[in-house]
Amino acid sequence: MSAILELDRVGKTFTADGHHVVALEDVSLAFERGECHAIVGESGSGKTTLANLVLGLIPPTAGAIRFNGVPLPGERSREQRRSIQLVQQNPLSALNPRRSVGASVRLPLDVHGIGTSASRAGRVAALLEEVGLDGDYARRSPRGLSGGQRQRIAIARALACEPELIVLDEPTSALDVLVQARVLQLLHRLRVARGLTYLFITHDLAVVRAIASRVSVFQKGRLVETGPVEAIFSDPKTAYTRQLIGAVPVVTDEEARLRDAIRGGAVPMDAT
Amino acid sequence: MLAPSAEPVLTIRDLRLGFGTRRHQTEVLHGISLHVRAGEKVALVGESGSGKSVTARLAMGLLQESPRTHAIGSIRFDGIEAISGGREIARRRGNRVAMIFQDPTSALNPTFRIRGQFRDVLRSGDRSIRDDEADRRAEAALAEVSIPDPKRALDSYAFQLSGGMNQRVMIAMALANRPALLMADEPGTALDVTVQAQTLGLMHELTERRGTAVLLISHNLGVVREFADRVYVIYRGRMVEHGTTAQLFRDPRHPYTRALLAAIPKISGGGLPDLPERSPDFDQPMVVHEGCGEPAERRS
Repeated sequence: MSAILELDRVGKTFTADGHHVVALEDVSLAFERGECHAIVGESGSGKTTLANLVLGLIPPTAGAIRFNGVPLPGERSREQRRSIQLVQQNPLSALNPRRSVGASVRLPLDVHGIGTSASRAGRVAALLEEVGLDGDYARRSPRGLSGGQRQRIAIARALACEPELIVLDEPTSALDVLVQARVLQLLHRLRVARGLTYLFITHDLAVVRAIASRVSVFQKGRLVETGPVEAIFSDPKTAYTRQLIGAVPVVTDEEARLRDAIRGGAVPMDAT
Repeated sequence: MLAPSAEPVLTIRDLRLGFGTRRHQTEVLHGISLHVRAGEKVALVGESGSGKSVTARLAMGLLQESPRTHAIGSIRFDGIEAISGGREIARRRGNRVAMIFQDPTSALNPTFRIRGQFRDVLRSGDRSIRDDEADRRAEAALAEVSIPDPKRALDSYAFQLSGGMNQRVMIAMALANRPALLMADEPGTALDVTVQAQTLGLMHELTERRGTAVLLISHNLGVVREFADRVYVIYRGRMVEHGTTAQLFRDPRHPYTRALLAAIPKISGGGLPDLPERSPDFDQPMVVHEGCGEPAERRS
């Protein structure tokens, strides 16, 4: 196994007017190439700070972040920026409403000089097709599109850079459940087909169970538990993880049994 | 079974709602019916654009004043006809019928302390209440929703309290005048899961103890399963399924309800099924489970 991304005792403290707020403290974590690694936690857990550090939007105040074994500097190279992309929660605010869909997807190709100017229109069409939209969407404005369509476009734009790692920050939590299921499937297919690594930030533990292979649980800036998804759901080690799983509103009797057992501290043999 | 003669707290019948001018209207509700009996917890569940929130707003009399809103059908609440809105229903708001919103922090007025807002709420139920009596009742109500220091909470502004605390304040305010019906529109959706679970538990306990009827508006079937006795599923302005919570979750019959339940990721695993976002099957006629019809039309 080779880690694509490693956090080595990473910390982030924000300072304003002499006040210090510790957003992330002493986090060591490895992300294996090709896996979908979920980061879960409630508000104030530090999950967004973690995403911003990985994306290089803010520098850590302690520790080091290594990408493919190389420490990431404060000022990243174009290549390093290209390799790590972001898909946000709200695709409407993430897309420029005054730009056509095609122009939004094309922009990273121009910025990073990917392909020739003549080949880029074809690339845009291919990217849209890859996320399940036909080429006609290139001429449309994001304004008239549904949340699911916009999120597909945001994914196509991230893919345009040919990234190795994508930070997905609550990518489906603003979507209806039937649309969410389709987008999660699309993300899964793309990861397998392109060998992508996902850092998947979410508050929804059922989504974690459906899409991730590993999960790390954060609370108040600290990593409290990390492990394979099956292990965390069958035998959570910390009270906080049990509390999180125990608070999930469930829809089937099977889920209710698993949850009640986790609340009670014991898990039935047939739970997984 | 409840006596069929007792009129439900809320009865909506053949409700249609259009937005726009007289000539160019977009119909968003295509004739929906629902009822909530005294003390019952009923959920209206649907996705965005299904019409669930506008239904609640119409029942509160909050949409009718807009000249671009055209509602026909019948909304009977508390013995009055509320389809046209007006003063009768306005007088009952905050008093006989109260509402809890998705984001408690933005539902509270940021420029007034909780104390003043709470006094206004209590005054809508009892115009002659004195300040000291109102404060005493507000403190008792906040203690009932497990707010540790009610005096301090009353002296705070909404932005000084956490989302969970504000949600508790909203619940306490909504129930302060002992309304017959509580409308809860996506309560706690903006909050963390553990806080959401706590506030739903609290709302359940208090309404149960007081016999308050609840209409829960939600997109979250898990929340509905936990909270409601009876469920209506609404899809694009039409009811598609109606049953008790047990009937609906054990034996979902409408293709849309089945698709929704299948599409929800489960903590017990099982991956993601291959489902369409839309299907002609979702427009099939409504399924009503045994014993769950609408009450017979009132003759008057």
